[in-house]
Amino acid sequence: MITGIHSRFAKAGRGLAIFSGLIAIWWAVATLFRLPVYMLPTPPVVAEALWAGRDFLWEHALITASEILLGLGLGLLLGALLAVSMAFSRVLQRWLMPVLVVSQSIPIFALAPLLVLWFGFGISSKVAAAALVIFFPVAASFYDGLRRTEPGWLELARTMGASRLAQLRHVRLAAALPAFGSGLRVGAAIAPIGAVIGEWVGSSGGLGYVMLNANARMQTPVCFAALFILSLMAVGLWHIVNLVLKYLLYWAPDAA
Amino acid sequence: MQLHSTQPARTGSGSKVAPPGVRVEHLTLRYGENTIFDNLNLRTSGGRLTALLGVSGVGKTSLLKIIAGLIEPTAGRVIGTDDRPVFDRIAYMGQQDLLLPWLSVFKNVTLGARLRRETVDQARAWRLLEQVGLAAHHKSLPAALSGGMRQRAAIARTLYERRPIVLMDEPFCALDAITRANIHELAAEMLGGRTVLLITHDPLEAARLGHHLVVLQGRPATARSPIAVAGEPPRSPDDPNLQNSQAQLLRLLMERQR
Repeated sequence: MITGIHSRFAKAGRGLAIFSGLIAIWWAVATLFRLPVYMLPTPPVVAEALWAGRDFLWEHALITASEILLGLGLGLLLGALLAVSMAFSRVLQRWLMPVLVVSQSIPIFALAPLLVLWFGFGISSKVAAAALVIFFPVAASFYDGLRRTEPGWLELARTMGASRLAQLRHVRLAAALPAFGSGLRVGAAIAPIGAVIGEWVGSSGGLGYVMLNANARMQTPVCFAALFILSLMAVGLWHIVNLVLKYLLYWAPDAA
Repeated sequence: MQLHSTQPARTGSGSKVAPPGVRVEHLTLRYGENTIFDNLNLRTSGGRLTALLGVSGVGKTSLLKIIAGLIEPTAGRVIGTDDRPVFDRIAYMGQQDLLLPWLSVFKNVTLGARLRRETVDQARAWRLLEQVGLAAHHKSLPAALSGGMRQRAAIARTLYERRPIVLMDEPFCALDAITRANIHELAAEMLGGRTVLLITHDPLEAARLGHHLVVLQGRPATARSPIAVAGEPPRSPDDPNLQNSQAQLLRLLMERQR
């Protein structure tokens, strides 16, 4: 127990050290090179912008957060469904795999304007963009996990009279959970990219929208404030995903 | 012959029927140019433990998997001595314990019921866990168990399946000598009355546990006529029957390898 508390403190301390270290470097660069505020504002200036615009930033942060979360949910659902159906049927796998690969060869930057055209300026085009960048890593790694089930487990299940569906449900799904977890981690890390790109292309709200506007008006401190919130959200999401995985993968300590 | 086992093996319906033996008839297995079996014939007695020995790569595991219905043979068939198919009447115990790492010991033992969407026979599972001495560990995950405990859990899982025929593929080879000797006694006691086919590398294991010993040799593999071991398993290590058979086996195996 004592070591548990210690390691938790150590972890928090490490996080704090990285955070303050980065701020210190940023501060040092901004002051040493005497950069004007519109190029690189110092941390206090950004903090001031953050505080002054707190209501406004909060409102837009909520929009971006819901885009990320909805996109992550949708991407996970689609990716998992695709992986399971490919694992269940060879025919489906042969037809779907090329589609999957092609979908990844089109950069999200190229696709985002179309998504805005199809789904509008609102939240749905950003959810679609986030889901699109997430679903491939999830589908690919989950499918890989489903395919690589320990053959001995499946043989055992067959001698026990398990149907293919029962094998999938009781053996393969659980066995592929660590692989699903690594897909989910990648997905959680890149989900904000999808949402923000969607906002840049065309939107009326969200942190990406704030950044674009602030940039155009040379309000660089506001742009930095939005970036700061975005990175906090990314770190928060990463931690939540890790907690969930730790709970789900109680049996595979090295995977969780 | 008196069965001093805990209970006679039952078939799925629950009626007391003597378990069938296994007949392997005209079995051929080819992988491309590679002929593993060519017209192999083998017959094991019902309710008896037959130990199957042979050098690595002779095809012991392939034979077991064919009997289990996991591999389709090129030609030939496997049938019970009662002229009914056997693949749906077998329980299989592989080289690894194959416990699912995310399930507790109890859930691993009762896995078959969940796979077949049956209700779990709690009383039966508890009785088996008591017998293998794991009742206190029913909630543990396999990772928390020692090698011997994992093997005992696998035995309980194998016996939870009410199958008259048990196929075992070197299930104890990863255990240290003492743990293995202890688990032999347990296995012989619990498997008594069932038709068992046990693959092993270990002449001592074969001679302790087997009623009949069969040596598989050559390529394509052929089975020598079974050696009957006198006395009832598990034979104690100083049993002269055991020592005779072990010596005989070792000679036979060494001769074949030369």
